[in-house]
Amino acid sequence: MRDSEITTIFVNGEQRAMVAPQTVARLLEELELADKRVAVEVNQEIVPRSRYRAHQLRNADRVEIVRAIGGG
Amino acid sequence: MSTRVEEIHQAGTRDGPLMVAGVAYQSRLLVGTGKYKDLAETARAIEASGAEIVTVAIRRTNIGQTPGEPNLLDVISPEKYTILPNTAGCYTAEDAIRTCRLARELLDGHELVKLEVLGDEKTLFPHIPDTLNAAEVLIKEGFKVMVYTNDDPIVAKRFEEMGCVAVMPLAAPIGSGLGIRNPYNIQFIVEAAGVPILVDAGVGTASDAAVAMELGCDGVLMNTAIASAQNPELMASAMRKAIEAGREAYLAGRMPRKRYGSASSPIDGTFF
Repeated sequence: MRDSEITTIFVNGEQRAMVAPQTVARLLEELELADKRVAVEVNQEIVPRSRYRAHQLRNADRVEIVRAIGGG
Repeated sequence: MSTRVEEIHQAGTRDGPLMVAGVAYQSRLLVGTGKYKDLAETARAIEASGAEIVTVAIRRTNIGQTPGEPNLLDVISPEKYTILPNTAGCYTAEDAIRTCRLARELLDGHELVKLEVLGDEKTLFPHIPDTLNAAEVLIKEGFKVMVYTNDDPIVAKRFEEMGCVAVMPLAAPIGSGLGIRNPYNIQFIVEAAGVPILVDAGVGTASDAAVAMELGCDGVLMNTAIASAQNPELMASAMRKAIEAGREAYLAGRMPRKRYGSASSPIDGTFF
């Protein structure tokens, strides 16, 4: 494996090393969130559920994974 | 007294449902899901409140810390309740817009949102310029915006004219429980309104909710008054009754206030 194949992304503000190439779908599987009710944003753009398998993550991408919690 | 109010009094008990963005709701009490001890308590209180519209917040998922953690939406099911995602905690239009877009994706295209943009950490009063900017963008993107605002009648009218589906003036600061600090302004807002007016924030106990409804509000949105009661489930039930009682009192039209006494029993036929 070459160093250039290691990418770094940020998931909910935390740095995460990733072996390229990686999709949103694969990331959610790794995080055990694939079947959870979440929404995903990459670099402040929504990634629709239908695009999880197609959307490739790139070096330095900032991923936000959110859910609904109690609030008023 | 406005013509609108007179018409309502004459209609008597024929109260219609609360209409928000074309959807009819039987309950005029909207509740939040924050500050509860656990999800079981949340579910019990919301059931007791009879609310059909329930607010939620959008936050980061815990990564890898608590897999299998129960999800709020498993307890407050979108099939049973109208979920109203909020933009609580947002201090800029940009953050509020991002939050709404994420909420729409999370809830499968759901367009009803509660917009709040805060202006000050101490009072949690709304930031009106940013709220106006966010509302404009969100309405353009097809969102149905229920907007948290202050008790300024001019600003409330502006939100209505922009196309917000409901305008929600505060009664007092969020979570303060101080009750309705400016009933005259709330009444001005109600009298001028062409969209539902809901008091959002500041209600402390059942009588506050009843007063809001007696002023002619179409509904009340609350969270802390129920969640921070010693017995949230019982307070939820009290709020449900207060909303209904206040609404009926408003529809009935209260007696005029008088400075002096006026006997209820007739003077005629007294034998003493």
